[in-house]
Amino acid sequence: MAKPIRSGSDLMKRNLLLFAGFSLLVMLAPQFFRGGYLMNVLVFVGINTMLAIALNLLLGYAGQISLGHAGFFGLGAYLSGIMTTTFSMNPWEAMPVAALVVGCLAYLIGFPVLKLKGHYLAMATLGLGIIFFIIFNETYEWTGGPSGLSGIPNLQLGSIVFDTDVKNYYLIWGVTLAVMLFSMNLAQSRVGRALRAVHDSEIAAQVLGVNARHLKVQIFALSAIICSLAGSLYAHTMTFISPTTFGFNFSIELLTMVVIGGLGSIYGSFLGAALLTLLPEFLRGANDYDIIVYGGLLVIMVMYMPGGLVRGIPALFRKIVKREAESGNA
Amino acid sequence: MQFDQILQYTLSGLSTGAIYALIGIGFSIIYNATGIINFAQGEFVMLGGLFTLSCLEFLKLPLWAAIPCAIAASTLVGMLFERLAIRPLRQPTPINLVIITIGGSILIRGLAMLVWGKDTHAVPSFSGDTPIAIGGATILPQHLWIFAITLIIIAVNKVYFYHTISGKAMRACSYNRRAAGLVGIDVRRMVMFSFIISSAMGAVAGIIIAPLTMTAYDVGVMLGLKGFCAAIIGGMSSGLSTVIGGLLLGVLESLGAGLISSGYKDAIAFIILLLILFFRPQGLFGKADSERV
Repeated sequence: MAKPIRSGSDLMKRNLLLFAGFSLLVMLAPQFFRGGYLMNVLVFVGINTMLAIALNLLLGYAGQISLGHAGFFGLGAYLSGIMTTTFSMNPWEAMPVAALVVGCLAYLIGFPVLKLKGHYLAMATLGLGIIFFIIFNETYEWTGGPSGLSGIPNLQLGSIVFDTDVKNYYLIWGVTLAVMLFSMNLAQSRVGRALRAVHDSEIAAQVLGVNARHLKVQIFALSAIICSLAGSLYAHTMTFISPTTFGFNFSIELLTMVVIGGLGSIYGSFLGAALLTLLPEFLRGANDYDIIVYGGLLVIMVMYMPGGLVRGIPALFRKIVKREAESGNA
Repeated sequence: MQFDQILQYTLSGLSTGAIYALIGIGFSIIYNATGIINFAQGEFVMLGGLFTLSCLEFLKLPLWAAIPCAIAASTLVGMLFERLAIRPLRQPTPINLVIITIGGSILIRGLAMLVWGKDTHAVPSFSGDTPIAIGGATILPQHLWIFAITLIIIAVNKVYFYHTISGKAMRACSYNRRAAGLVGIDVRRMVMFSFIISSAMGAVAGIIIAPLTMTAYDVGVMLGLKGFCAAIIGGMSSGLSTVIGGLLLGVLESLGAGLISSGYKDAIAFIILLLILFFRPQGLFGKADSERV
């Protein structure tokens, strides 16, 4: 049975309603977990959602892989951290400065890097991420090296200091919701359509007048800026950062979030981030063996559910319903 | 700066470079036959070393018997990986292949951690640890083993690819898989072969380096990436240029670590990787061909 085609404004209304519902749930969540340990985990879900969305804009929409996004996350965190500790800058000023620096850097690196395709792009971004990681470790006069950077100030708004899990929850999720809304808008704009065109066929997109090369670089820079923002927020909520958080493994974890949730879906990124952030909490007894679960999940998802959870679960559900109906008829 | 010191760095650089070359050739063989960059390549290096350890300690085999067993075991893992993860893939787009080989490598590494634990293990060297003086520098007998085995493997490779039917068939696949299929070459079997050869080579590399650097479940990541750098410098060839790429990388890294700063040793390889990818994606010795750009 064919569904009636919805008009554009109907679709937008539906999306807005969905987003409003989602925001409401997010804002009410602390009521259920008041003060519990889970609040702290949910703060991380927010940060990881931002990061997964950043990678998803690049990978899911523009079809360009990056295995070095943990590097931009770390760069944002360290720039914010160093500016507010060594140079006693106000965190609210440090955050945009860090984002601007990271964005410019990504824009400049983006030109040679995004000229590469597929496996080569993966390796080049991976190399970039590792170089950043080595820099975090080796420039200890600035970053504190492997022992980390401590004493990073909390954010402050008037007389409110964001120093508890509940306050941080609202801060982080406020920004995360803004990033989500922005990304969804972007995806549905002309830019979003151009990105998907580049994803499907770069040559066809160029023939239709999309400046594919510049667009890829711009989205790479935007993605890096979101990572930097998440990094700054991470630094100011944790007040301590060390290089291990920003290593190659975390880049892979981000990739896993995006793939599990679903490429090219903003809610998918949230789902992936939530699942992968909550999973280790349940696997706590399993020590470091959660790495096996990550690897297994990646392989299984790519093999059996390449569309991610957001598409795979409804498809699975439809299949089951269909089978039930068929067995009912027989 | 003394000449002796530079000689010492160069010699030790050449031996690690030989390892990078072996791993790099493994990358190239799979890439040429299938168009896949196997991110799990480094894990076979780790498996080679750790399987040798198990054969020595649990099966109480002598070293000469433990090594072939370890190679066979790692190759089996390589075959299983191709069979269970790569071949059944429904949408083999480059991004899915990158993700699945990364997933596979994490899985193999995780399982290795489960089996061998997180400790670093020592593997005995093949023929003692008495240093040999060369000029003002010294090397270990194990270094000589590395050079000799690398040379033998490269020679065997050459013979295989140019003088046997299956080697020629594999080269045909690397030129054009469809055309190879049309003249009756079983492309799937060649893909399986390429995984067998490169996992065996990775395992050999892991076995001969283990006595020098020790081994652990996580050594594969860095070694694999360095091997990839070697292959990129060599323009993804499975011959001499990748060997030169590996040796060059090994020596530069060793000199850089010795003369500049040991902390940035790993960064050197990746800076070289980026520079080559940006400016000469066809490899240092390749003819201009923009296929990879």
